[in-house]
Amino acid sequence: MRWLDDLRRRKAMDPLTAFFYLVPAAVIIVVFRMVPIASAFLVSFFDVKMGRLRGFIGLAHYTKLLTDPTFWSSLGTTAYYVVGVVPLSLFLALLVAVLLNQRIRALGFYRTVYFLPVVTSLVAVSVVWKWIFHPRLGLLNYVIQLLGGRPLHWLEEPRGILEMMASAAGWGWWPDWLAGPSLALIAVIIVSVWRGIGYNIVIFLAGLQNIPDQFYEAARIDGATSRQMFWRITWPLLSPTTFYVLLSTTITSFQVFTQIYLMTGPPIGGPMGTTKVIVYYLFERGFDAGGNMGYASAVALVLFTIILTLTLLQRRGVERRVYY
Amino acid sequence: MGATATIRGASFYRAQRAGSRVALYAGLWIGVIVMVVPFFWMVATSLKSPIEILEFPPTWIPTGQFAKTASGAWEEVYVASRDRDAGTVAVRSAAGGPARVLPASDVRSSVRLRFSNYAAAWRQAPFARYYLNTVFIVLCTLAGQLVTSALAAYAFARMRFPGRDVIFLLFLSMMMVPEPVYIVPSYIILAKLGWINTYQAMIVPWLAYIFNIFMLRQHFKTIPDDLYDAAIIDGCSRFAFLWRVVLPLSKAVLAAVVIFTVVSTWNSFLWPLVMTNTPDVRPLQVGLARFAQEQGTNHELMMAAAVFSIAPLVVAYFFAQKQIIQSLATSGIKG
Repeated sequence: MRWLDDLRRRKAMDPLTAFFYLVPAAVIIVVFRMVPIASAFLVSFFDVKMGRLRGFIGLAHYTKLLTDPTFWSSLGTTAYYVVGVVPLSLFLALLVAVLLNQRIRALGFYRTVYFLPVVTSLVAVSVVWKWIFHPRLGLLNYVIQLLGGRPLHWLEEPRGILEMMASAAGWGWWPDWLAGPSLALIAVIIVSVWRGIGYNIVIFLAGLQNIPDQFYEAARIDGATSRQMFWRITWPLLSPTTFYVLLSTTITSFQVFTQIYLMTGPPIGGPMGTTKVIVYYLFERGFDAGGNMGYASAVALVLFTIILTLTLLQRRGVERRVYY
Repeated sequence: MGATATIRGASFYRAQRAGSRVALYAGLWIGVIVMVVPFFWMVATSLKSPIEILEFPPTWIPTGQFAKTASGAWEEVYVASRDRDAGTVAVRSAAGGPARVLPASDVRSSVRLRFSNYAAAWRQAPFARYYLNTVFIVLCTLAGQLVTSALAAYAFARMRFPGRDVIFLLFLSMMMVPEPVYIVPSYIILAKLGWINTYQAMIVPWLAYIFNIFMLRQHFKTIPDDLYDAAIIDGCSRFAFLWRVVLPLSKAVLAAVVIFTVVSTWNSFLWPLVMTNTPDVRPLQVGLARFAQEQGTNHELMMAAAVFSIAPLVVAYFFAQKQIIQSLATSGIKG
């Protein structure tokens, strides 16, 4: 029974062989992922100049962060951005997915078109949209004028949209704190929704196709309207998908950088700094001339805390299956 | 009575359904236009002359002005001014020279696609270098990731060793940490290694990717134990089983890993932006970003550069869109 012994031997614990299989990946992951993540905490307690640790300064970066108005405004701008992108992207993606799920002809064509921007690099997308948003020569202002509207400054407009609406409505005065996100940020939000919607559509479509047809057939026999079918069948059964799309879009939105960097900054992160989101601020403080990487790490850890909370929420939600 | 009512009802519903079908396709097509117009605009702009760029209202199709020469041939010109009352047009030859005034009937416009913009953009920045850099980085990263991920996934899926599940969970938990969080300490580490502004800085840290290990492991686990036992009994070694049985059975997942790695490496931006500072190792995306920042007003060149920087992936996408959509959707990357 040599083969049986052989089999037993091969199936037994064999840490040494496993070690050799794991080593290549593990070395990379430990050195270039785990150590950096662990030292992100550490670095945030140090004074760092030009990539060199200069001295331990304890919580100084964090106490400075608390009173740093630019940090708080970058958090606020990020919040505006997330609150702008997430509902808009979810709503439009769900709408298109529901339309695509109506047994339409050439489904593949529509899916290919809507997904195309996802494959396109964000750099190219940003360069193209910056040109579309051009205040004098841009395509968007041209279309707006064709439709009888007034051209806007888009990426160069620091004024908040609520303030702009108020002044368009003829109110001379509007409180600063209620100015809302700048039109420049709205422009970035439009681009981000355009770029990412195809991804959300594909996920929603997969979720919709997983709902068994029998439910709809039964509902139709009972005389349900299509609105009733959506709210009583589709929406509740789609909730795990919706929840996933909601959180994954939120998590990516918190990390927005490329669009902001290429369409509105540098040097200052948008018109009057109104598109300076948290990762842009991190980049500016960490890697621009005279930067302080320790301080940037403290900013990074705040971002990490936010994203970790969201991720844990996502894990819990997925475990519970968000069905009603 | 009953019968007529039924017939009327059916046709009524049919009409209503037809109406909602029209609305359905109208909605989808509005979306299609919104998705496609920026791409169209990019290509159209990339084929215009610097003068046509400044025209407002803009032209949808790149157009050139041509004037009749003395010999009767048509020569490309720029229109300096038009006098509608006199019916004349002042033009300047595209090749240079003084302005001349011609009757409007001797000047006509027609489609003019300036492919020379592509050559001009390509020459104005070291795009050939950027391209080679990106291709090199993508290929190295891809090869490395395939090897490390397959080996690690095989160990996690098929072997028994102490701490296996703990290590796997630890790896998975790293996946939750977003890039901006560890980019500063990564920079410090790479600076200590003297790797800033080198290929290594953009390749080595990405030679193993946790999500790929995870995907492969999930698939390797579905390969039945019996197959393994049978192969072992036949004298197959562990590695031979991976190479001859597991990998050939995992072509679909491997294709997904390849697509995901190529697309995300090709498009990655923040990392190479931070880790490079000269054109020699700079990848295409960072090169394009710099180019766009330096060009200022040459929008036609920027659009040409944007076109050739997305072209390889877009062409690949049209050939394998189903697989690409699927693998990017399961991977959860968006940028």
